[in-house]
Amino acid sequence: MKKAFIILLLVVVGWVLADTFSQITFGESRLGDVKQPETVGAYYLNNTVEKLSVANVITAIVVNYRGFDTLGEVTVLFLAASGLASILYRRKEKGEHDVMILKNSSQLLQTGAKLIFPAILVLGAYVFIHGHLTPGGGFQGGAIIASGFLLMFMAYKDYHVSHNVLTWVESVAGIVFVSVGIWGLISGATFLENVLGTGTLNDLISGGVIPLIYIAVGFKVAAELTGVLETLLNFKTEK
Amino acid sequence: MDPIIYNKIITVGVYGSAIGLILIGLYAVLVKKHLTKIVIGLSIIDSGVHLLFIAVGFIKGGTAPIFSPKGIELVNGGAQMVDPVPQALVLTAIVIGFGVTAVALSLVIRLYRHHNTARIDHIKSLKW
Repeated sequence: MKKAFIILLLVVVGWVLADTFSQITFGESRLGDVKQPETVGAYYLNNTVEKLSVANVITAIVVNYRGFDTLGEVTVLFLAASGLASILYRRKEKGEHDVMILKNSSQLLQTGAKLIFPAILVLGAYVFIHGHLTPGGGFQGGAIIASGFLLMFMAYKDYHVSHNVLTWVESVAGIVFVSVGIWGLISGATFLENVLGTGTLNDLISGGVIPLIYIAVGFKVAAELTGVLETLLNFKTEK
Repeated sequence: MDPIIYNKIITVGVYGSAIGLILIGLYAVLVKKHLTKIVIGLSIIDSGVHLLFIAVGFIKGGTAPIFSPKGIELVNGGAQMVDPVPQALVLTAIVIGFGVTAVALSLVIRLYRHHNTARIDHIKSLKW
């Protein structure tokens, strides 16, 4: 009986969604003329190269046009990480100690993890440093670095990342982000205004404050995700 | 194959799979008793919504909105770039979805520690 109602609800939801999207032709251009922009997407495509000289338009939107929103997003991530820690906090009882994984992993995984871990860190740093030139950016690079730490957590039973170090990295990155924003205010423009010279398109140092902000976001996201993994994987066993 | 029918198939395939993912996730959230499966259902709904967003922004024959040397070459050759706004919004949505999943999983762990089970029909104190 209950299942019948649920199926009915799913049919209704599916029908409403399908009906709505059947009116939107897939693959049709809704941008309008890019040179005389009337939609917001066409405006971004038309102006990003001239005004910001950033190759990746999505980075320009996320960090420059919607920079304040990204600050909020990073704050949400920070709140999720600290909320997680406060929900899962348990005091160590006598004789307990922290273990990440209860069993030792195989020799193969341990050696492979040790070998590949630095390469993953370098790849993550590459992705967030080149966030304004290639696909990728601070969030993606941070996630790659955190996946490297996850590999180490899985391979080594007693591998730990100090929570103090993570907190420091995270706080400094957050302070850098906010002070870049306040820098815009001090130089007489708005919060998070792009105050530096924009350079030439497709150079590593171009786009004004965008690479600075994305590097800060990369460090912050890496530290937060590693902290989340560390908290979620932390068993406490008697020994 | 007739291009009109081909377009229809592609449209139904892309929108259909996105809506299908949303419905599968909704089914898992409504029917499953195990809390971990409910969290998995939530993240499946997330993926469906992201796919729907990207599909709406896609332009046939369009390139990625990146003005790399290759991208500039393609644009000069007459290709159009896809709408960047849905992609930027999905980037935000993925991060928020991660936060939701992490907090939900931590609540599941907490409930498991307290009741020694993660099935909602076995947690007696929820009934009244």
